[in-house]
Parts: sequence; structure tokens; C-alpha cells
Amino acid sequence: MIPASFDYVRVPSIEDAVVALSADPEAKILAGGHSLLPAMKLRVARPTTLIDIARIEGLSYIREETDHIAIGALTRHHDMATSELLHASVPIASFAAAQIGDPAVRHVGTLGGSIAHGDPAGDMPSVLLALGATFVATGVGSVTRTIAADDLFTGLFETALSSHEVLTEIRVPRAIDGWSFLKFNRRAQDWALVGVSAVRVEGHVRVALTNMGLTPLRATAVEQALMGGADPATAAAHAHEGTAPPDDAFASAEYRRALVKVLVERALEEAIE
Amino acid sequence: MTSVSLTVNGVPHRADVEPRTLLVYFLREDLGLTGTNVGCDTSSCGACTVHLDGESVKSCTMLAVQADGRTVTTIEGMAGEDEMHPLQDAFHRHHGLQCGFCTPGMIMAAASFLRENPAPTEDEVRESLEGNLCRCTGYHNIVAAILDAAARVGASPGGAA
Repeated sequence: MIPASFDYVRVPSIEDAVVALSADPEAKILAGGHSLLPAMKLRVARPTTLIDIARIEGLSYIREETDHIAIGALTRHHDMATSELLHASVPIASFAAAQIGDPAVRHVGTLGGSIAHGDPAGDMPSVLLALGATFVATGVGSVTRTIAADDLFTGLFETALSSHEVLTEIRVPRAIDGWSFLKFNRRAQDWALVGVSAVRVEGHVRVALTNMGLTPLRATAVEQALMGGADPATAAAHAHEGTAPPDDAFASAEYRRALVKVLVERALEEAIE
Repeated sequence: MTSVSLTVNGVPHRADVEPRTLLVYFLREDLGLTGTNVGCDTSSCGACTVHLDGESVKSCTMLAVQADGRTVTTIEGMAGEDEMHPLQDAFHRHHGLQCGFCTPGMIMAAASFLRENPAPTEDEVRESLEGNLCRCTGYHNIVAAILDAAARVGASPGGAA
């Protein structure tokens, strides 16, 4: 399968990427390309220009700041999976990164790419939603703004990034008290039929779901039940509330609604223990 | 057309390609290096695995322009002048293949893995192959071959896979 024709530009800076985005409303940013190129090969995506940001210097890093850990958008899943800083401070992030695709995919795919792609079946969106991550977007004139995880994912493959903005940094907490990442699939490399990310910080648990709707979703009813003093089993019984899971060849929506309760209960037990 | 310059198996190449040219087709059709196979064409099966700057990547899911200025190694670049690469030799001795279609990708994936983890356990070897499918169900001998190659390279003075 070969993608449809497009123009290719490799940019040396974020400023140039923003200028190139402004020049073609059908342009797409190319980082690792491991979500975008498969979509282009199937011609589900047909951007007229690819703006390759992979060679921009200084966009691949994982570093400790005063009140968060900053991860550059071009940081690869492999770098996340092997990061001692993440392993020690935010282990859900390195653990989940190691579950993505396979080693060769993780050598190329980037965190920024998987977030900007906005796939509700992707692993990292729900992890970052559960972590309450903050996203830094850079736009025209190098103006940056931050977007909260709860506001980033707006629809199927849609994010709050404007067509003139590039995702440049992802910020996660410096420490968490408990966590769980559960990905249920039938074959090693598959996307999660259902995935659950749970993060406990200072007694409060955030739970996010993969592949249970058009975007990664917060399991708000579960979180509220926990705040009301419910045990994991009682809270997990609310896991399907507010979801709209896909009904496809891999699993029915009904199956996913049943599965999510089981997985959320297990995740809560892991994150709270 | 876009100009690309890359080093493949130690040889510098320069070519004009359409931006949509996938790296695997550039290797196979422009350079004639047909050892790298196209299997599933969806970055699942790993038959197209090559090294980019020493790390395994799936060449069906990479544009040739993304490899511009970089170093690519394919299965054709693994053997020395007179002898096979330790992994090729181990696959041969352990009969780590039946039809052989997945073999180049298996060897490239294994070589990249052994660079990251020179003394792996059997479980780690099996996990490292999650992106490489063998439809002859030959995993048993493939795993045995990789473990053997790791042991032999580890035992040789200063050897690296």
C-alpha cells in the first residue's frame, strides 16, 4: 500500500513548522509517523503536505523541573520505556510506553505523535489523562499555551490543538503514590480492546479508560464513588457509566462494558494497595 | 521529487524519490536489496525490519525521506566477507526457519535486541519478537538460535552482535 502523493518539507524549527502549517490547511505534522503513515497507506488520511519535525533539535528529552517532569514531544516510546527518571518517579509512564506496539515501533513512534493523533484506542492518551498531564502547544509567533489533559481530547482523532499549533511538551507529576495500567488484548501487538489507567496522588485516584468512547475518557463515576468512600469493587461497578464503546469485529460494545468493570476493579486494587 | 542521501550497508547512495516512497520499496526496487521483505505492509509482521542508525525499525512504515542522511543496515549487510553473522550462523545451525520469509526481519530484530540486551533470558527473547511473526510456527528454534548467538558472542573476546 502506497500513500497518496503529498509535498514533503523538513523543518529545522518549531517556528518553521508553524509557518508551514499556516501555508496549507491540509498539512499534517510528521514525527515518527507510526500512526500517520499507516492511516495514509490505507488512504484514511490524505494530507497534502507532510511537515517533518523529527530533525528539530532539542525536542527529545525527559527532565525534572521544579514542579513537574517535562517530556519533549519527540521523545520516543523507547526512550520513555527505558527512562530511569520515569521508572523512579512516574512508573506508569515508562511501563505503559513499553507496552506500545513492539520494539521496532517503539524505536520510531513518539509520545507527542501518539497524543496529537488523538486515537481513543491509543495507550498513552489514557495514561496522561489519569496522570492529569499538561500539554504545551506552540503556535504563531512562538506563543505557547498549556492545555489540561481533561481539555485536550475533543473527538475521534480530534484534539484541542489548533491547525496552527504544534504539540511541543508534555508535563506529568514529579511523583505518584500508586498506579495501575491494564491493557486487555488478545494478541501481543493489538490495540487494547479496553484499557485502564489509574493513578493515585495524595489519596485521590484518577481513572482513565482506553477505547471506551470517541476519546480517552475519565471514569468520573468511579472516581466520585471512591471519594464517597466506596471500596474498589463497588466503585468499579460504575466504570461503564458515561462510556460509548465501539461495537466492532474484535468485541461487542456489551462485552467492553462488562470488561471495563472487571479491569477497573483490578486497577483500583493495584493503585490503592 | 526529493533528493535523499543515505548509507546502506556501508555504501553511500543518493537518489531522487517521490516523498511517498516507502523505505522498504526504496531498498528493494531502487537498490535491489530484496532480502528485506514486505509481509503484512501494516507494521505488524516485522518481515521488513531493518536497522536505522543501529536500531530496528519497520521499513514499510517509514518514508525513504525520513532516512535521509542516516545509516541503514539490511540483512545483506550482516555477514562478513567470509563468514555469516553469528545470528545467521545460529539460525542455520538451529534450523530457525522453515519457509524463510520472516528470517531477515527476525535476524534484524534480534541483532538490535541483543545490542540493547546482550545476555537475555528466554522470556526476554520471546518478548523481543512480539513484532515479528513466523507463520510456519517456528518460534522454538528461532528463540534457541538467538539465545545461542547471544551466548557465543558473549563468550567471544570483545564480541558484539
